[in-house]
Amino acid sequence: MYGLGILKGMAVTFKHFVATYMDDIFWASRGGRYYNDEALAVRQSLEGRGVITVFYPEEKLPVPERFRFVPFLVTDEPAPGQKWGHEWCTSCGICAKACPPQCIWIKRGTQPNGRPKPEPEEFYIDIDICMNCGLCAEFCPFDAIKMDHDYELASYDRTTAHIHDKERLSKPISYWREIAPRKAEAEAAARDFAQESKQKKKGKRGEGSDEPEARLEEMKARQLIYKGELY
Amino acid sequence: MSDMILEAPHAGAMPDSAEDPIAAATAVLKQRFPDHIQDETRDGYEGIVVHPDKVVQVSQALRDELGFNYLSSITGVDLIEENKLELVYHTYSINQGGPALVMKVQVDRDNPVLPSLVPVWPGAEYQEREAYDLFGFQFEGHPDLRRILTWDGFHGHPMRKDWKEPFFEEDNKPFGSRWPGGEVSRAEEKNPFGKNVQYPAGWVPTLEEPEAETDSYAGITYTREQSTGLKTDKVTINMGPQHPSTHGVFRMALTLDGETIVGLKPVMGYLHRNHEKIGERNTFIQNIPYTDRLDYISSMSNNHGYVLAVEKLMGVDVPERAEWIRILMVELTRIVNHLWAVGFLLNDLGALQTPMLYFYIERELILDLFESTSGSRMMCNYMRFGGLAYDLPEDVRGTPIMKFLHDLIYDRLPRALEQGDVLMTGNEIVRARGIGVGYLSAEDAIAYSTAGPVLRASGVQYDVRRAQPYSYYEHLDFDVAVRYNGDIYDRYLIRLDEMQQSLRILQQVLPHLQETEGSSIISGKPQYAIRMPRAGESYGRVENPKGELGYYVTAKRRDANPARYHVRSPSFINLTALEKMSLGHKVADVVAILGSIDIVLGEVDR
Ligand code: SF4
Ligand code: SF4
Repeated sequence: MYGLGILKGMAVTFKHFVATYMDDIFWASRGGRYYNDEALAVRQSLEGRGVITVFYPEEKLPVPERFRFVPFLVTDEPAPGQKWGHEWCTSCGICAKACPPQCIWIKRGTQPNGRPKPEPEEFYIDIDICMNCGLCAEFCPFDAIKMDHDYELASYDRTTAHIHDKERLSKPISYWREIAPRKAEAEAAARDFAQESKQKKKGKRGEGSDEPEARLEEMKARQLIYKGELY
Repeated sequence: MSDMILEAPHAGAMPDSAEDPIAAATAVLKQRFPDHIQDETRDGYEGIVVHPDKVVQVSQALRDELGFNYLSSITGVDLIEENKLELVYHTYSINQGGPALVMKVQVDRDNPVLPSLVPVWPGAEYQEREAYDLFGFQFEGHPDLRRILTWDGFHGHPMRKDWKEPFFEEDNKPFGSRWPGGEVSRAEEKNPFGKNVQYPAGWVPTLEEPEAETDSYAGITYTREQSTGLKTDKVTINMGPQHPSTHGVFRMALTLDGETIVGLKPVMGYLHRNHEKIGERNTFIQNIPYTDRLDYISSMSNNHGYVLAVEKLMGVDVPERAEWIRILMVELTRIVNHLWAVGFLLNDLGALQTPMLYFYIERELILDLFESTSGSRMMCNYMRFGGLAYDLPEDVRGTPIMKFLHDLIYDRLPRALEQGDVLMTGNEIVRARGIGVGYLSAEDAIAYSTAGPVLRASGVQYDVRRAQPYSYYEHLDFDVAVRYNGDIYDRYLIRLDEMQQSLRILQQVLPHLQETEGSSIISGKPQYAIRMPRAGESYGRVENPKGELGYYVTAKRRDANPARYHVRSPSFINLTALEKMSLGHKVADVVAILGSIDIVLGEVDR
């Protein structure tokens, strides 16, 4: 029959239409369908039915741990009254070399005697150019640069706001632990592990060890495909 | 639906008689043209070097007698040390499958004249225009040799090695310093018109309209001759660049007789950023995130083609788990892409938004997986030479990963495809608009170098995953979808078929993911600064959702940057057939025909 195809299609649309209202009814007694974190989580999961729209900016989707946006620099926990602590960055320059659009610019610090200091004096990222690729964080051997989760960077003045300097980039390690707990934990484990094996090596110098080499816990190592190898 | 899918010809498992078809064809050619064909002697390179005088004859022999009837890619290479320009042709046999017969032609760098291959393979048209535009090759006998990617008033040929771009800092990355003066400044501040930009001496930017702009309308202005019946004026109109139907910034100069199309010239390059030049200055690994931005809907498979090409050159192996995850990601990408393509095609046909938004629900789930795995929904930057950047995550939005994949592949996606099928396939309007419109015959599809769904919807069962299997595709059981009518409707159906086949593949991949859980996903030590262990060339091709995506990469020994980096972009080359498909149809049909090719301008313009 001519028109049957259209009717069948309409039936699909109608089902969606009904599903939307069923969802409304279901959530009515559970705090509402919108502006409700619990409902949002379901809406965006495999169980989602009916309308799946997110009402940004009132509602925001949580981003996964690996989410990457313009990088930041990791520092120690700040002393009371300060915003950040000692920079982890040693200004080795690997991130600047790996960066595809070459948007990282580092000025290495100098010690009073003129020798280079393993600490950046200035650190800039031109976020207009940064392509959020994450290669800097992937290859930094000191865990000093990490990809941020803060994606709301719109500003009124791109001429001044879009070159991030050291001040703008630095964030304490606790921030990283907060946004990427599992990754941060695995990285910490890898660092400890490296420290330990270094000391072991030192202690055993000259003796020739026949102990099997220690291995990182599997799960942690898996998260550190890049890191584990470098240590 | 499935009755139209034939058994795959298993072209990969070619007659394994002693004879290698490439060697056999080469021998025949050498015998026929003893004075005009030489072996490629450079280490790490393959193919034959043909004298420019005999290119056309050799091509005809290849096409008509030796079965290499498909000209896939044409690439220019600047051999500046030898003062030569080289053109590399990759030809394939559609019937037999297998690797490419590579043909090279070298011409003088200062006078790069050679005959055009458009008479033999019409699919060469835009690729030759690109080679002219970017390298300055002069193709004799080309019907319309104009710039194609850069703008008409552009000065110089940017892919030549001695052409330096504006804001040129250093030849290769990593730069000594991004800000050579030592002061941080924004790139934009260096951009006053007239500084650091190349243009012909005496040319004033504000005065002149380049002649070529009017040339693109040449022959398609108001005329009255030759129309039958009612005498009407032929009118030239512009569709685009800002036109919702063009899926981006793309322009079509149409000549109309009444409402019927009698001429069509695409104008492109609005999104051109010379991806290849950037790629040649990048280090090898820096190119991976750039490939995301070609066909930005299928970044995973773009990554795949590129890492394949470089892995071939580096000679590294990929661990098993990495291969399975790659296939998982690439096939999911195919589904994402086809959901998008079908949604937009229906949009173009007037089924405004509804089917597209329904398809998006599942697309969103897949993008969630991509985001949890690689950190980004679309710009995945996920593959590395010898493996992957990260393993699968533990969960996606709180659902454990294997459960998520299982539910997605066995439940959500099949249901969505089924629903899409019911929603639109039988729809009388879609059938009326689609059947018989935008016809492309099998012969034309091959001659115009089309690839992917466009080629297969015209009845040519050719799929790189079968013709020259890469990764683990030879171990997977799936059919190469094919449809025979070559019209819009079949190009719609074939995408539904291909999604079904992708689901089949995904279902086979799942157990392997379970098995290899916890094993390594990258071989060797990850490096950010790769030095190519040997010199040579490499062509990596994958069956991208839009067609054959190829990367031609050459490198010198110990170099950190590719010497030549070329992308054979399926969207761009499929457009060559657009005029052929559109002639005789109405303006509204062109919109749908373009939609049925499924282009992404990031890849067309590169
Ligand atoms: S790679 Fe890490 S330590 Fe080295 S300069 Fe960059 S942020 Fe600092
Ligand atoms: S994310 Fe990529 S582009 Fe951005 S600073 Fe890091 S390496 Fe450079």
